Amino acid sequence: MEVLFCISSLVAILSTVMVITRLNPVHALLYLVVSFMSVAMIFLSLGAPFMAVLEVIVYAGAIIVLFIFVTMMLNLGKETAEQERNWLKPRVWVGPSLLAAVLLAEMIILLTKGQPGSMQVTVVDPKKVALSLYGEYIIALELVGFLMIAGIVGAAHIGKHRKKTFHRFLEDEAETEQQLKADYHDVHTG
Amino acid sequence: MMSIQVSAVLIVAAILFVLGFIGVLTRKNILFMLISVEIMLNAAGLAFVAASAKWQQADGQVMFLFILAMAAAEVSVGLALVLQIYHQYKTLDIEKLNALKDE
Repeated sequence: MEVLFCISSLVAILSTVMVITRLNPVHALLYLVVSFMSVAMIFLSLGAPFMAVLEVIVYAGAIIVLFIFVTMMLNLGKETAEQERNWLKPRVWVGPSLLAAVLLAEMIILLTKGQPGSMQVTVVDPKKVALSLYGEYIIALELVGFLMIAGIVGAAHIGKHRKKTFHRFLEDEAETEQQLKADYHDVHTG
Repeated sequence: MMSIQVSAVLIVAAILFVLGFIGVLTRKNILFMLISVEIMLNAAGLAFVAASAKWQQADGQVMFLFILAMAAAEVSVGLALVLQIYHQYKTLDIEKLNALKDE
């Protein structure tokens, strides 16, 4: 099982590296699916089967589908990949990556310095999670409901596409109508 | 009964978080930045589940559920913003979206 954990975390790290280096958004999203799947495998090997299922359903299902919808609507194609290639010059990414790598090295040193603790993996079953969720965390759960409503309303409001132009058949008609209205106004106000 | 080093799981979570962080810092496309934020949230959730497995309590998994809900709400609003930005500016380059920049 230790081996299972090692393999899935290796896959997760590799696929995440691929996600942040791809030029085409769709390729990045496909690698992101692999990354989420392997994180779900890690959850399974940590004894959290319900979280693994939710990871696959919500992350790899819903969130990726949203991203793919938007990528398709934006119609990002070859020129976007070309643009990304121009943006991803080494002098752009070397500095931030090195600084972040220093932080990572510090964190790894800190994590390995402490007394080595190994954990016995036992499955925390969904029943325990549900009892805790609807017991002591009930307020937080209701707040999450508020958050979801806010997300839905916000997305619907922000994403509303106000149509500024008329259909090409209606465009002339609208213009003449406006002209007529202006003339009428002029005549009647002197 | 199997046993996994606690620090190994936390190191994997830290590596994933830093990868997402590098993505946010280096990419100039808003879509890729949103993807990287998702990776970072996922890494944080991994740390919570690891803590839940360490002490065999359900609290960490409950926190992961909350992170999941927050990520879903965040990504829906963020993608709506991306669509609106693309309609208005015809680009996703963050260097071009500098209307709030102090001259």
